[in-house]
Amino acid sequence: MKPPPFDYVAAATVDEALEALADTSVETRPLAGGQSLVPMLNFRLAVPERLVDLNGIDELSRIEETEDGGLRLGAMVRHRQLEHDPFIARRMPLLSEATPFIAHPQIRSRGTVGGSVAHADPAAELPAVLLTLGARVRIARRSLGGEPGSRVERTVGLGEFFLGPFFSALEPDELLTAIEMPPSAPGEGTAFDEVARRRGDYALAGVAARVRLNSGGVCDEAAISLVNGGATPCLMREAARTLVGQEPTPEVIEATAAACAATSEPAADMHASEAYRRHLIQVLTRRVVSRAADRVLT
Amino acid sequence: MRIAARVNGLAWSGEVEPRLLLSDFLRSEVGLTGTHVGCEHGVCGACTVQLDGEPVRACLMFAVQVDGREVTTVEGLAEAQPGEAITVEDLHPVQRALHEAHGLQCGFCTPGILMTAEAFLRDNPTPSREEIREAVSGHLCRCTGYHNIVEGVARAAELLAADGPAAHDDDDR
Ligand SMILES: Cc1cc2nc3c(=O)[nH]c(=O)nc-3n(C[C@H](O)[C@H](O)[C@H](O)COP(=O)(O)OP(=O)(O)OC[C@H]3O[C@@H](n4cnc5c(N)ncnc54)[C@H](O)[C@@H]3O)c2cc1C
Ligand code: FES
Ligand code: FES
Repeated sequence: MKPPPFDYVAAATVDEALEALADTSVETRPLAGGQSLVPMLNFRLAVPERLVDLNGIDELSRIEETEDGGLRLGAMVRHRQLEHDPFIARRMPLLSEATPFIAHPQIRSRGTVGGSVAHADPAAELPAVLLTLGARVRIARRSLGGEPGSRVERTVGLGEFFLGPFFSALEPDELLTAIEMPPSAPGEGTAFDEVARRRGDYALAGVAARVRLNSGGVCDEAAISLVNGGATPCLMREAARTLVGQEPTPEVIEATAAACAATSEPAADMHASEAYRRHLIQVLTRRVVSRAADRVLT
Repeated sequence: MRIAARVNGLAWSGEVEPRLLLSDFLRSEVGLTGTHVGCEHGVCGACTVQLDGEPVRACLMFAVQVDGREVTTVEGLAEAQPGEAITVEDLHPVQRALHEAHGLQCGFCTPGILMTAEAFLRDNPTPSREEIREAVSGHLCRCTGYHNIVEGVARAAELLAADGPAAHDDDDR
């Protein structure tokens, strides 16, 4: 139960972190909140040769507005910040609603948005929530052969980012620098809920929903995503389509919930069977979609 | 690596190996064994300490990461006179309340719960029972059945209120 030896680099800037990651002859991992990585080190499930600590990089902790009026969360924004920031509560209430479901307060003091996304855990709340909000991931690396400090940056839609359980589009020399979300449109409502065996445990299943209703009360756009509903955090496109063009009546919502459960691919494990998870997905979808619609109307 | 940190208000500096967990650093390098180690993967809460006043898991941080920062452990709560043994009167109100409410039996989980509760009551001096349950949900206790821990934290809120807001902000957080 002790971590293996590693070299430690405390980066003060993004460029310093990229510089360390660029040297791929040494297996290097970024250390964000450490709330997933350090347990893996303690169990020796991960044995990196070097850690680059991102905790001293101030520029990664910013919460700011993007050019298009959306929101940019620096990779090192902590869960605790999301939970308590009044600006977030006003602009992206889904984030404030879902964050308290992540682990315990002591873990949320350290855990980060970037770490949660980079870790690509299908059981994590933030990836599902961010998918529903149409988020994209900003990624940087040092340009090969370029001047020290020159960067190559790319942006990946979150829908293309998750490739498998704990497996993402990030390359070993890349750093996730920020998560960006488009502005929320008028007429939008969001909601999140989950079922866990004990408070703070990973959810058996969870559902995030966003709906946009026009002035006639008809749904113009819908997004639904699942926590622990498949091998990766995933958008349930087919289920969301059953809402579009409809008024969110109880019958319509029931059909959406049924479609969501039917098209989900939850795994069975010692905590819950596949059938039970599907049942939870149906109940939770019904609940969050009606709640999201109610929030537009009230 | 060389680090310089403050632990319970006292300066500590010296060499540590990067892989040294904060929990092991406190116990074996600083000699403060009040911080307990249960699961070493963030689940049980026994190792909870405060980093610049905020509760964190000491088993999920490295000692090198507290360079330049302030760590508070359970030993930092009571205020004994220098050179004198701690008496019940010296206990921090949160400690006194847990003691009075029988909020501990073997005491293994207690240091972590105290560090969480002290920070929690600073943020929320008049919590509901439900908020207290949420606040201590990140701590496993194999003895008490939790009920008296919740009562103890509620009692601590009363004691702190009776002491007045200024009585326990001695370390200027
Ligand atoms: C007891 C316990 C319960 C938990 N329960 C939950 C829960 O219910 N729901 C939940 O979602 N999470 C839970 N977590 C995990 C927690 O939310 C973590 O904080 C999160 O998964 C990872 O974030 P981190 O900042 O701690 O990342 P780290 O642990 O520091 O890193 C995780 C991985 O991502 C990589 N990484 C981190 N940042 C970057 C970056 N900027 N660029 C590239 N790679 C990066 C690291 O190299 C590592 O491989 C729990 C953790 C514990 C200990
Ligand atoms: S020892 Fe740190 S949480 Fe259990
Ligand atoms: S008092 Fe024994 S574990 Fe809590």
